[in-house]
Amino acid sequence: MAKILMKGNEAIAEAALRAGGNNYFCYPITPQSEVAEYLAKRMPEVGGVFLQAESEVAVGNMLFGAAASGKRVFTTSSSPGISLMQESISYIAGAQLPCVLLNIMRGGPGLGGILPAQSDYFQATKGGGHGDYRLLVLAPSTIQEAVDLTMLAFHLSDKYRNPVMLIGDGMIGQMMEPVEFPEKYVEDELPGKDDWALTGAKDREKRIVKSLFLDPLALEINNHELYKKYELMKQNEARYECYKISAKNKVLIVSYGTMARICQTVIDELESEGVSVGLFRPISLFPFPEKELRKEILKKNVGTVLTVEMSMGQMVEDVEKVAAGAKPVKFFGRTGGIVPSPDEVKENIKEMIRQDAAPAKRTRKGK
Amino acid sequence: MANQATTIFTRPESLNEVVTHYCPGCTHGIIHRLVAESLDELQLRDKTVGVAPVGCSVLIYNYFNCDFLEAPHGRAPALATGFKRLRPDMIVFTYQGDGDLASIGMGEIVHAANRGEKITVIFVNNAIYGMTGGQMAPTTLPGQITTTSPAGRDTASAGHPIRMSELLATLRTPSYIERVSVHSPQHIIQAKRAIKKAFTYQSQDRCFSLVEVVSTCPTNWGMSPTDSTKWLEDNLLAYYKLGLYSEPDDEEDS
Repeated sequence: MAKILMKGNEAIAEAALRAGGNNYFCYPITPQSEVAEYLAKRMPEVGGVFLQAESEVAVGNMLFGAAASGKRVFTTSSSPGISLMQESISYIAGAQLPCVLLNIMRGGPGLGGILPAQSDYFQATKGGGHGDYRLLVLAPSTIQEAVDLTMLAFHLSDKYRNPVMLIGDGMIGQMMEPVEFPEKYVEDELPGKDDWALTGAKDREKRIVKSLFLDPLALEINNHELYKKYELMKQNEARYECYKISAKNKVLIVSYGTMARICQTVIDELESEGVSVGLFRPISLFPFPEKELRKEILKKNVGTVLTVEMSMGQMVEDVEKVAAGAKPVKFFGRTGGIVPSPDEVKENIKEMIRQDAAPAKRTRKGK
Repeated sequence: MANQATTIFTRPESLNEVVTHYCPGCTHGIIHRLVAESLDELQLRDKTVGVAPVGCSVLIYNYFNCDFLEAPHGRAPALATGFKRLRPDMIVFTYQGDGDLASIGMGEIVHAANRGEKITVIFVNNAIYGMTGGQMAPTTLPGQITTTSPAGRDTASAGHPIRMSELLATLRTPSYIERVSVHSPQHIIQAKRAIKKAFTYQSQDRCFSLVEVVSTCPTNWGMSPTDSTKWLEDNLLAYYKLGLYSEPDDEEDS
């Protein structure tokens, strides 16, 4: 299939349809409303369900009800809207239902702004709602990757019966790039849904989909069951990509999404100036690719680890945890909707290398 | 003839043979039975999904013999919408109290009704929060004493009780809305007729349907079951008038 030039939001919408995500509930919010506009036209063509709800609170709960049918369901929103869905996300995780959510992140807190940010990392990876639960979180850095990960998200969601969240910043939603949709989305075998989907108690016992366990022992058992799944995810679903990692690297950048892409430009430019820097880009934010990152951090040539984010520093806490004091972890970030230019990241790295000549000291620089 | 026993009354297939947790004198048991009888008589049980609320009837899923979803507080109509849109061939009902439906779930119920979702809502109104221990509800009568209105509901600060059936009947989208009560055998028969009619409309894919059942809460009202019935008749029914509020055929008139 030929490549098509598409806006990120529309490409994600199309990818969802091609992965069988034919049931969509939404509420308009900038900067992802194009997903809904695209699907309002496309969904009737594929005979799916498109519903614009009265609020994101309702959207999340419609997903909850719809997911219990066993069919593939999804929604898309942006930061403040995702906050409103946290109630239902917690319930969906507790009831072990699959669904896919996309957060095209904008700056916060509060109403914040409408420009790109990566400040919902904590909310996505540490559980924005109440209770012990995790989402599987994927972060694309190109439109093509957004397409691929959207399709993968439906698969992983069914595989683990767990909500999967894609997080992209506003750039991923708004930027246009050529994309290719796989002719056929091939999936390895998934467990059937016959043993849990609500289909009516005909010739079988009735089923209950719930997150309520009044008996503390039963609730603890459910918590353990969930955590067994999260352990499996950690074993099987850590995803990442390395860029220009070599034995010459003095600095290792850790960055994801659009920010990682900008860092690639920085790395190319620094390379031509004779400064060797490598990039470790987590693709799955939960599970965080801890083992793989640790291996890179421990390499002898790596002097300093620099985490670059479009936030005040959120993923950096996971990087620090992985480094566990083995190497200094520094942070550079811009936020509020400002996307750092390659030049300012480059200057920051050069400054850092100059400082590295002096005794290492962790700094957190949010300009 | 005299030796031949004929079954004339039995437990509906749609109900499980279990002990409920409801307080003595509570009318949930009657209402559960009316819903179950309706599902049985219309032969809908094996294609029905119920949506449980948060409140006294949260454990309804243990009492019914059909598939069930347990919703967050007030969100049952949103869950029902999501499920029914994907499975229009199935029957979906929510069972909600007045705190659940008229307070925290006000947005969800109004919009589900306004979209004309083909679901049935059993709305049990006893003018108080039951499970949490008798706090003021949006349906609590003026002057009614509750744990959070110890001097009686003050309409100057809490406003007047919300009449949900009347409010929803203002929507132009076709619907079936009726308010009934279960405080006497005669009223129970009328309530059954309304509940069965609601499920009939849904099975015909006609319209959104809601039956408001005015109910008692002897425990939190602090009255005996018989006094509660009398109080309901004298006070609640004066404010919450029984009757038909909307029929799908009314569409042309609006």
